[in-house]
Amino acid sequence: MNNNYLIIAIITISLATYMPRFLPIALIKSKIKNNFIKSMLIYMPYGVLSAMIFPAIIYSTGKIATGIAGSVVAIFLSYKKKGLLTVAITSILTVLLFEVIM
Amino acid sequence: MNKHLSFKDGIIDALPICLGYISVAIAFGVLAVQNGLPLWAPPLISVTSLSGTGQFAALDLLKATASYIEIFCAILVINARYFLMSVSLSQLIPPDLKWWQKCIIAFGNTDEVFAVATGKKLSLNFKYMSGLILCAFFGWTTGTVIGTFAGSIVPEVLSSAFGISLYAMFLAIIIPPAIESNPITFTIILSAVLSIAFYYTPYLNRLSSGWVIIICGLGASVISAIKFPVREADDE
Repeated sequence: MNNNYLIIAIITISLATYMPRFLPIALIKSKIKNNFIKSMLIYMPYGVLSAMIFPAIIYSTGKIATGIAGSVVAIFLSYKKKGLLTVAITSILTVLLFEVIM
Repeated sequence: MNKHLSFKDGIIDALPICLGYISVAIAFGVLAVQNGLPLWAPPLISVTSLSGTGQFAALDLLKATASYIEIFCAILVINARYFLMSVSLSQLIPPDLKWWQKCIIAFGNTDEVFAVATGKKLSLNFKYMSGLILCAFFGWTTGTVIGTFAGSIVPEVLSSAFGISLYAMFLAIIIPPAIESNPITFTIILSAVLSIAFYYTPYLNRLSSGWVIIICGLGASVISAIKFPVREADDE
């Protein structure tokens, strides 16, 4: 791996990451009026995030058992409307606890 | 509500992101060094890209000395979901932002920043977004530097436990609004079922996670929009 290759490759990676993030924000200048698209955009964050969470969350700790334990705690606390930081830290602690027990 | 979101609100809201990023970025730094990258490269990748999945995939490509066009296409496919997120975010940020402000928001529009930003009830402004992005960026680059130069001193049990934090945060973002909205609950369950089906179905599970997220996320929101169109009066 020579340095020239690496530097051009890193710029390429950056461009391919930045393009899909930048183009819509740069090109869409006004509020979208179409009711169907508006509805879709309201639901899209939930659809995208849900697809990212499930089933990846149970594999996120390397062990399925601790992953499930952490998920259950995270879902319960989210349901109780605890804040992001509380939910994140409590589920980390749950995973740690299960790692120690098992 | 008259309260405006401040830069400090952004920093505070990004703390769970920062925490999660540090752990994931440590893993990235460690893996990068194991793959034979020189020590200057992983931090440079993190500073210029600020993306989880894309960067991990990039390591495999770099190790194989893939061609530039191959790298560009592969990373673009993995990151195509950002296109959906940026379309969504473009509707939430003030339309009168300067071009450089838009550049910064676009650069920082990661999965997690997007999730927190869309979960806000108050209208977004540049100060808040820059606090959010700066704090997330700090976590990502700091973690990468730690992983690159001192990865071996971080106990494995700690880094694996931190792996759940970003997902836990996602849950804390999507569940509370779902309790009050059946259409949102429907979208979440439909997308989860689709994503799980993709994961466990032979052949379908060969599809990269980037495409699965796009298909499930877009599919679920299109079906929800048909089934539960938002009435014009609702959003004013």
